[in-house]
Amino acid sequence: MFRNLTLTATAAFALSVGAAHAAGEGHVHDYAFSFEGPFGSFDQLQLQRGLQVYTESCAGCHGLQYVSFRNLSDEGGPGLPDDQMRAYAEQFFMLDFDAPANRDLIDPETGDQKVFSPADHFPANTTQNAPDLSLMAKARAGFHGPYGTGLAQLFKGMGGAEYIASLMMGYEDEPDCALDANMDGYYNSTFTAGGYPDSCKIFDDEGVEIGRMVPGSWIGMAPPLFDDQFDFADGAPNDMESVSQDVAAFLMWTAEPKMMARKQAGLTGVIFLTVLSVLLYLTNKRLWAPHKKAAKEAIKGKE
Amino acid sequence: MSGIPHDHYEPATGAEKWLHSRLPVVGLLYDTLMIPTPRNLNWMWIWGIVLTFTLVLQIATGIVLVMHYVPHVDMAFASVEHIMRNVNGGHMIRYFHMNGASLFFVAVYMHIFRGLYYGSYKAPREVTWIIGMLIYLCMMGTAFMGYVLPWGQMSFHGTAVITGLFGAVPFVGEGLQTWLLGAGAVGQPALNRFFSLHYLLPFVIAALVVVHIWAFHTTGNNNPTGVEVRRGSKEEADKDTLPFWPYFVIKDLFALAVILTVFMAIVGFMPNYLGHPDNYIEANPLATPTHIVPEWYFLPFYAILRAFDDSVWVVQFASWISFGIIDAKFFGVIAMFGAIVVMALAPWLDTSSVRSGRYRPMFRWWFALLVVDFIVLMWAGAMPAEGIYPIIALIGSAYWFAYFLVILPLLGVIETPDTPPATIEDDFNAHYGHVAPKGEQPPVVYPAE
Repeated sequence: MFRNLTLTATAAFALSVGAAHAAGEGHVHDYAFSFEGPFGSFDQLQLQRGLQVYTESCAGCHGLQYVSFRNLSDEGGPGLPDDQMRAYAEQFFMLDFDAPANRDLIDPETGDQKVFSPADHFPANTTQNAPDLSLMAKARAGFHGPYGTGLAQLFKGMGGAEYIASLMMGYEDEPDCALDANMDGYYNSTFTAGGYPDSCKIFDDEGVEIGRMVPGSWIGMAPPLFDDQFDFADGAPNDMESVSQDVAAFLMWTAEPKMMARKQAGLTGVIFLTVLSVLLYLTNKRLWAPHKKAAKEAIKGKE
Repeated sequence: MSGIPHDHYEPATGAEKWLHSRLPVVGLLYDTLMIPTPRNLNWMWIWGIVLTFTLVLQIATGIVLVMHYVPHVDMAFASVEHIMRNVNGGHMIRYFHMNGASLFFVAVYMHIFRGLYYGSYKAPREVTWIIGMLIYLCMMGTAFMGYVLPWGQMSFHGTAVITGLFGAVPFVGEGLQTWLLGAGAVGQPALNRFFSLHYLLPFVIAALVVVHIWAFHTTGNNNPTGVEVRRGSKEEADKDTLPFWPYFVIKDLFALAVILTVFMAIVGFMPNYLGHPDNYIEANPLATPTHIVPEWYFLPFYAILRAFDDSVWVVQFASWISFGIIDAKFFGVIAMFGAIVVMALAPWLDTSSVRSGRYRPMFRWWFALLVVDFIVLMWAGAMPAEGIYPIIALIGSAYWFAYFLVILPLLGVIETPDTPPATIEDDFNAHYGHVAPKGEQPPVVYPAE
């Protein structure tokens, strides 16, 4: 027990020095997204730009297996006109042969496909270790503070989109401590699940890790986005930071396509229930009034 | 029904008499709804209605979810996404169900701590208390098995950890764990049976709720003074009580509407706040999340489970006296279930002659400390088991047991309680009889004998 206390004190001291980071700590920048808070909504043009970024860059390796093409024309989403949505779907001349409904489309003897027709949803990932992105914005939390209480999430959401945008922007030069470590992949100050060289860890006298010199870890994915890489039809800025936020917003939509409908239902529900509460309050007050009055009179009678 | 004198249902028309002589169901409903209820019940007596409502909400939303859910390891996660994306209103139904579990536990903890403060567990309401504890256990089982169904990372690895506890039971542990899971590890058999039991247990809870209500309708409600309703005559009883309908139904419905407003805001605006991001990643047996954390409502007991490691002398002693059969892991399991057992035994551990904590000056402080302890344990349970946290959890666990096993029995002997009011009528009149200046509690004045 005493050893634990000492360790905690050492770690606290190391942290107070300033340079150290806890294991698994990554830098997440608090980007302002239009869909934050109870009244926030998706920016339709931003989602369309995000779709373009996804298509031209991410889709090379990643998938969106839970997202249907038809949802691209949903209200509260990218809102593509029906013909554009169909045209977009047509470029995916692929079939999900793993789906049970499609198994009999494969000739059991030759293994050839009998019919060649498009699927109704985005393809799954095509590269190993490139996770499916459908739910990525809900599978990561960007905020934990203040002081690990998570209260920031009450007002700004879970921060999954912030995490994704930060990850895109998190590629930095290899820190000095790792120059001799020959790490695989790329140093990213946001990504926490990757490899981390011992030469960047801080150890106490007993060899126990008590902190890290730099946040984040090493990621296998090469930096995917660059300045001026995309031409947006709406003329929006295409610097790397803007593009990162566009694709993060799009992935928030793929993770939570009914967010707008949900907030609308929430607001309607809160308003109706508030009215109901007021009515029930008044009913209750009136119902009990004679008995409370009688109580008052009973006490007066005794005084 | 309650032994408190009151009017009973009298069939008036011929048709009513015909039915009443064959099946007195209208009379049962009338007597249940018109039960004399202490008129001084405060706002902590609303959680029963909230709990009943939540049980119905969970069953109703659950039945719809089952229509679209597929209990198969390859399809469960995708079927939940299907509900979220393609089923009409599915995202709302699913979020209601998911957050409904949290509402259920907020309400049950308020309900339990109300009972602990006002001595609702004491004679003659011990059976109500015990059945309540059984309901609470069933709720925990239901919530735990329900969390497995979305088949996310936390579902899978949380189940692996918790069912692993049964493996800690000496001699039969491994066999027990395999029997529970239907296999050596969490997989298809476990998912199937958890799905089955998750559907069954809510109906067991519903039946227990009926017995719970039956029990306290037999003894009558407790109330903030802990003083019993006078039962000498109907006139006397009427001074202490008011019928449940309409007085308490409307009051409870008002409270329910306020609570549902907050609930609706959570479901509408931040439905994932109480969840864990890892559960939006499909279960993968080969990748274990860094921190496996149970849902918030399990955290206090999870903290107790983890608090007892090899360095604690009680554990070392238990190990020594049992020739090593009780190791730290098994001790933690015993402590976790023991924490609920000692709570269930409160009726016999509390020796005080005064029922309500309102008139027990020393008890009040120890009780307040128990509430703080519960919150601290919840916080410690969410922290990684390293550094200062296990020590905090250990102190918290020690106080939890000390409260029930030492403090409650001792207080009855050493404490000089205040005098409760003679009747409920006096309490009610004193509360409403004085117009207090704004911001001040009305002084509670009891008439001299």
